[in-house]
Amino acid sequence: MERVDPELVEFDVRTDEMLINMGPQHPSTHGVLRLVLRTDGEVVTDVVPHIGYLHRCAEKIGEKISPRQWIPYTDRMDYLAGMNMNLGWAMTVEKLMDLEIPDRARHVRVMVCELNRIASHLVAAGTYGLDLGSFTPFLYCFREREKILDLFEEVCGARLTYSFITMGGVTGDLPPGWLDRCERFLREFEEVIPELHAVLTSNEIFVRRTAGVGVLTPETAIAYGCSGPVLRGSGVKWDLRRDGEPRVTRMYEDYDFEIIAQHEGSYPQDRDDYPPVPPEAVLGDSWHRFYVRMIECVQSIRLIRQAMAKYQGCDGPIGEPIKLTQKLPKGEAYLETEAPKGQMGFMVVSDGTAIPWRVRARSSCFCNLSVTSEICRGCLLADIPAIVGSLDIVLGEIDR
Amino acid sequence: MADYLVQFGLPVWLAYGGVALMQCLILLTIMMFAAATFTWMERKVSGRIQDRLGPTRVGGRFGWLQSPADGIKLLCKEDLMPAQADKILFRLAPYISFCASFCVFLALPFSNGWVAQQLNVAAFFILAIAGLEVFGVITAGYASASKWSLYGAMREAAQVVSYEVPFGICVLIPVMVAGTLDLVAIGNMQQGWGINWMIFHSPFMFVTFFIYLTCAVASTNRAPFDLAEAESELVAGFLTEYSGFRWSVFFMAEYGSMTAVSGLAAILFLGGWHGPIPIADLLGLTYSNHAILGWFGELLGACNFLFKAFLGVTFMMWLRWTLPRLRIDQVMTTCLKYCIPLAAAMFVGVMLWTYALPGGILPRKTPMAAVAEAPAWTTVETPGGDRP
Repeated sequence: MERVDPELVEFDVRTDEMLINMGPQHPSTHGVLRLVLRTDGEVVTDVVPHIGYLHRCAEKIGEKISPRQWIPYTDRMDYLAGMNMNLGWAMTVEKLMDLEIPDRARHVRVMVCELNRIASHLVAAGTYGLDLGSFTPFLYCFREREKILDLFEEVCGARLTYSFITMGGVTGDLPPGWLDRCERFLREFEEVIPELHAVLTSNEIFVRRTAGVGVLTPETAIAYGCSGPVLRGSGVKWDLRRDGEPRVTRMYEDYDFEIIAQHEGSYPQDRDDYPPVPPEAVLGDSWHRFYVRMIECVQSIRLIRQAMAKYQGCDGPIGEPIKLTQKLPKGEAYLETEAPKGQMGFMVVSDGTAIPWRVRARSSCFCNLSVTSEICRGCLLADIPAIVGSLDIVLGEIDR
Repeated sequence: MADYLVQFGLPVWLAYGGVALMQCLILLTIMMFAAATFTWMERKVSGRIQDRLGPTRVGGRFGWLQSPADGIKLLCKEDLMPAQADKILFRLAPYISFCASFCVFLALPFSNGWVAQQLNVAAFFILAIAGLEVFGVITAGYASASKWSLYGAMREAAQVVSYEVPFGICVLIPVMVAGTLDLVAIGNMQQGWGINWMIFHSPFMFVTFFIYLTCAVASTNRAPFDLAEAESELVAGFLTEYSGFRWSVFFMAEYGSMTAVSGLAAILFLGGWHGPIPIADLLGLTYSNHAILGWFGELLGACNFLFKAFLGVTFMMWLRWTLPRLRIDQVMTTCLKYCIPLAAAMFVGVMLWTYALPGGILPRKTPMAAVAEAPAWTTVETPGGDRP
């Protein structure tokens, strides 16, 4: 079905518009998001997102403690991708200190970050199925994610809030035998991907629920500062792993991977292992946003395999984390990394002491969420979960 | 049976009243048992589909006692009612739904003559009564004084009332072939080998069966048509404000309807209480041999019927745990643009087929053993006799 234009829908009976609070305790607003919907029957005429229910003053706390002490707080921002949050903050402080990390630590970082990207995308795919009323893919996705969490547990002892990547490297080397277990997971996961495509990506009802729903044009996406899969789903080939500043791209410099962006119905049609783009799908709709994530998982697998090979091939130190009370040089630094949900930026301003003078986090989900009122206007009530779910927001990161 | 009691000098009102009460109790037990079993099964089936175990703690390895445990939990819950709710309607709504769902069983035969009240318009009665269930939902949605509930209720009203039309046509097609609305008679017509089943009457009938299934899922509000309680959109739809015992009454009504529409499918399309092989006839379990043997034959038939109904419910569960939910406009499109025209076309198709090939194309096989003689209190239909 095409999107319903409220102008074109005729009503026999004109009733008053109804204001509905969707959330903050609604099952499909992914946490404590509150959407105020102005509805005319089933048609939503206006959507206003309200945030702030998960605000924990993380940035203010960052001004009271040293950068290494603040790492656990970054874990709790995008709690589905703690490694990537750690990475963003660690690299920002490294930039301020002008610190270089050994290659071995770099490859470990790539491994865990890409694993966490898969985990994050799995949650996105699973909960997206849930938003559309499909329960089973959720369990399949979480089963796979569970294996990633097991791997992380071996690495750092934590399953969700890792604090593993620190300034100067990582907190410890990989345990013996971990690479084999990681490889086993990758093999298992590769077998599951077609299953997920069958129950979600190419499922007839799924396509009808998502194709053409919540179309985000590339111009709008750029204007709102969208990033990550949301931006790439709109056809903009922009990924900080390739397009970021040198400190970020150097992390991936000798890696071979593709940036997944949808461009007018072309991308994976020459590939047999991905389901084709359905004819109903419009560039920048919910289906494409979902699809980009699914294919990014495949690219992450490639990256992890390369990182494992490189890690085995390089001897040397794993890097020494900085001291808890390490004095920071005077100055400021801002760095954006490519987190699973988009560009995660951290800023640190230092006055020369061990405690930063100002800490700031730029959230990708915040910008991604801000397009909601733009792209939800005129959709049906049932499309709201479909659109919000496809943006894949985490309120912990938005509110901080 | 009531007549039998009257012969012994009981007053007519007492005899009939007592028998009616007994039948109601039996049916209620069956319905409760079905609801409990299907709840447990739903958990197990969903567990298996989702690559997990399902309940394993209560009642041994397979969690047999999960349903009673849930029941006790629901009964012990605090009785909550929103302050703004319409008190009377809020209390009444679950029972309207439950009564409608329950009354369907009054006319649903479990085996030849095993029916609480054999009506000569049973199919019509079931359609009419099953349609009443929507009133309970609408009442619940209105009385809850919640916007989500109201949405659920309005969706239910639009959806169920629309699906009544193709559902009705699909029921009408076997009825047209059988030439009667009496479900016992329709069931008896399909006696013999599985090839006599209504679903194999013609290719059109075969298609009708699947349209019937689609409409049955939609009119019982099961996924992927569970828009009235779509939990990712409407929190819980019309059930949002319900909890505890009232919620469980709605729940039983839902499982009751699932069983009822599956049972109706079994009678109308899948041979009712007749298996694919006429075992009862082959073994001589007929009334013509002995009353007790005949009774056992009927018992076998009832098991057969319940098994088919059970298969139908399992199919619905399978759908629920596999498919995403449709959007309201897509649900209505499915009904108005596909189900109704298809059902109507099948109606015409079956009509022409019956007219052109009165004997059918498949050879009809009569049971090898003696033709079952139904007890005097049922309509006797000799197999293959009246069927066009």
